[in-house]
Amino acid sequence: MNEKITLGQGSGGRQAQDLIRDHFASRFGMEGPMTDSALLSAGEGMIAFTTDSFVIDPLFFPGGNIGKLAVCGTVNDLAVSGAEPRFLSAAFIIEEGFEVSELDAIVASMAAEADAAGVMIVTGDTKVVEKGQCDRIFINTAGVGLLPREHMHISSGVSVKEGDRLIISGPPGDHAVAILASRRKLSFDQPLISDCASLNRLTGKILEKPAAVHFMRDLTRGGLAAVLNEFATMISCGLTVNEESVPIAEPVRGLCEILGFDPLTLASEGRMVIVAAPEAADRIVEILRSDPLGRESAVIGEITAERRGRVVLNSSTGGRRFLDMPSGLLLPRIC
Amino acid sequence: MKFVDEFRQRSQTESLARLIAEAATRDYTFMEVCGGHTSAIHRFGIPSLLPDRVRLLSGPGCPVCVTSADYIDRLIALASLRDVTVALFGDLMRVPGTLLSPAAAVAEGADLRVVLSAHEALQMAQSDPQRKIVFSAVGFETTAPGTAVTVMQADSEGRDNFYVLSAHKLMPPAMEAILKDGTRIDGFICPGHVAVITGASAFDFIPERYGLACVVAGFEPADLLMSVLMLIRQVNSSSPSVETEYSRVVSSKGNQRAQAYLAEVFEPCDAQWRGLGHIALSGLRLRDRYRRFDAGTAFRVSLPESTRASACICGEILRGLRSPPECVLYASQCTPEHPEGACMVSEEGACNSWFKYRHDE
Amino acid sequence: MCLSLPARIISIEGDMGQVSVGGVVFQAGLQMVEGVRVGDYVLLHAGFAIEKMKEEEAMETLRLLKEMEDAINGSDGDEVC
Repeated sequence: MNEKITLGQGSGGRQAQDLIRDHFASRFGMEGPMTDSALLSAGEGMIAFTTDSFVIDPLFFPGGNIGKLAVCGTVNDLAVSGAEPRFLSAAFIIEEGFEVSELDAIVASMAAEADAAGVMIVTGDTKVVEKGQCDRIFINTAGVGLLPREHMHISSGVSVKEGDRLIISGPPGDHAVAILASRRKLSFDQPLISDCASLNRLTGKILEKPAAVHFMRDLTRGGLAAVLNEFATMISCGLTVNEESVPIAEPVRGLCEILGFDPLTLASEGRMVIVAAPEAADRIVEILRSDPLGRESAVIGEITAERRGRVVLNSSTGGRRFLDMPSGLLLPRIC
Repeated sequence: MKFVDEFRQRSQTESLARLIAEAATRDYTFMEVCGGHTSAIHRFGIPSLLPDRVRLLSGPGCPVCVTSADYIDRLIALASLRDVTVALFGDLMRVPGTLLSPAAAVAEGADLRVVLSAHEALQMAQSDPQRKIVFSAVGFETTAPGTAVTVMQADSEGRDNFYVLSAHKLMPPAMEAILKDGTRIDGFICPGHVAVITGASAFDFIPERYGLACVVAGFEPADLLMSVLMLIRQVNSSSPSVETEYSRVVSSKGNQRAQAYLAEVFEPCDAQWRGLGHIALSGLRLRDRYRRFDAGTAFRVSLPESTRASACICGEILRGLRSPPECVLYASQCTPEHPEGACMVSEEGACNSWFKYRHDE
Repeated sequence: MCLSLPARIISIEGDMGQVSVGGVVFQAGLQMVEGVRVGDYVLLHAGFAIEKMKEEEAMETLRLLKEMEDAINGSDGDEVC
């Protein structure tokens, strides 16, 4: 039987990692850790370069739309690499029959978000395909940012040490739950909106003292669980997370209970984890909390030398278990 | 009272852990037979709160895990018919059939869609009268009444494009089958949500005929630890009985309305369990009066020959004779991404829970 | 899929109700529960309320748990004295 691509392979979990490793990375000669952006020498300086495609369904959701997301996603990949995002490209694949008014709304929010994040959209491409050949609109963005040399350690985590603290910038999973709720037409007692946001203002503030920041990564598909497991494998360290210190929005908890999801595996589009020197952790949380995007940030765990490559979760009831890489069918078309 | 957080207090779990450690004067093995219990036990890290002398085993209570490959093949064959959509619970998507899982069949073009309830499947039938909707009815006594209510509703509407493929199963006959075939346990953590429907008295035969301890348990950390403590005390005092820890929703007689719906629509039949084989009168099929909703008789499909031999020891794991790491396939050929046996598929399966929460412990 | 959760009824229309689980609103069939009212908690399973939650019984279980905690903490106290 011929092997076929399944949705699970695009979900950001273990199967997605396998797909990238077995089918892309080796053929493209990409070695080394899978970081959010490629770091490249350019003359005297360094640049960070990244790309991301957006196929989210629905196109418009509480807290944003595919256009805003396409800007935030690429800005965030650059920002958490320690770079200052500068220039973006934007490419559109549009289905015949798509409403121009919707296109205009999407593009307007891209422009607004780029403006707010201080980046310029400088080049692009448009393709229109026959009806049924794609679902309404898909967007790709690529981005370039300037990377100060003193930030080079951040995306690979080379300075991470035992005892470093793990910080989250806000409650995870709001984006996934907002999408899921609008797809399933679920309603909430209290409104829940996607966390979709550009993080470069936050990263800029905490990188004023770059030496204390040892690693950053935004939470996308696979959520906190995926990021922490990738990190533990990449650095070959152990991680301990205290479940009760991870902030979780009430509707996210409710929906997870009913669908049997773990909120720690759900996607965000405007949250990140930061690994920082222990003496700097409280100060970083203070800086984060002074910004609306980081109001609920918290120290959630630390780096250990035990159980290298694994993430141990201290459950809020005193029990202990592994927090594993999410696998299988997560939510398709979440970003 | 929200009925959740009140039973998740660290002060409760810590006290209970100490009481269990004090009460445990010998080795104990208890089996939980509900998939919801298996996943709660691992998710809350309950084993790390128990002394080594107290061992928990996972029995056959995950409806996904015990669903036979033959049933999965039939779902896929139905979903491959031109005018048929199969509506199924999400957990079934990755259960291996003989050749394909439902998820792989979707990639091949079969029309399988995830629903959260039988009612949602009926709504699909209502909104698209041209399409035939087959609801994949899996689950135990907890889930089957919902299917029954939905079939009765379809009947009263005179709906002719809604069908059910029943793999509903009954828990007490499976527990009895395990006991007859021999297992080495001291008692059962009885399935709380099955007992909501059947009543705790459905398990009376276990202490009476087999002399084993039984506690009907809830699903929060304090419930689980409390139930373990109650089981240990029953064993210590050699007074096996059925006690109910989950009294906030379980009565002795159960939900008689739900039982009436079940009896109206379904009748017991013999059933095939993955890992346990054939168990007499352990399944539910539609009664004659509702037979026209039976997808098994309404559609003719051809199924692949099931010739797969495997080193999978799901059967022994479901009986509590061995634990997942004792299987040669575990974590090598059989992982949550590429499950060989059904216990690795579902979030509630014993192997999946071990892999996710305790792997290489 | 074995998940069953306490849910609060927020509205009732015939056999169907809207229930809230931790702030998320779901549809639930109420055919299996008798005499439920808005504000009651039910056990929600696969789209149906399968039983009404009994508050008195829950309080009783919590009281038992509290007694155990007190017994354990009390015995600590005795040792200290």
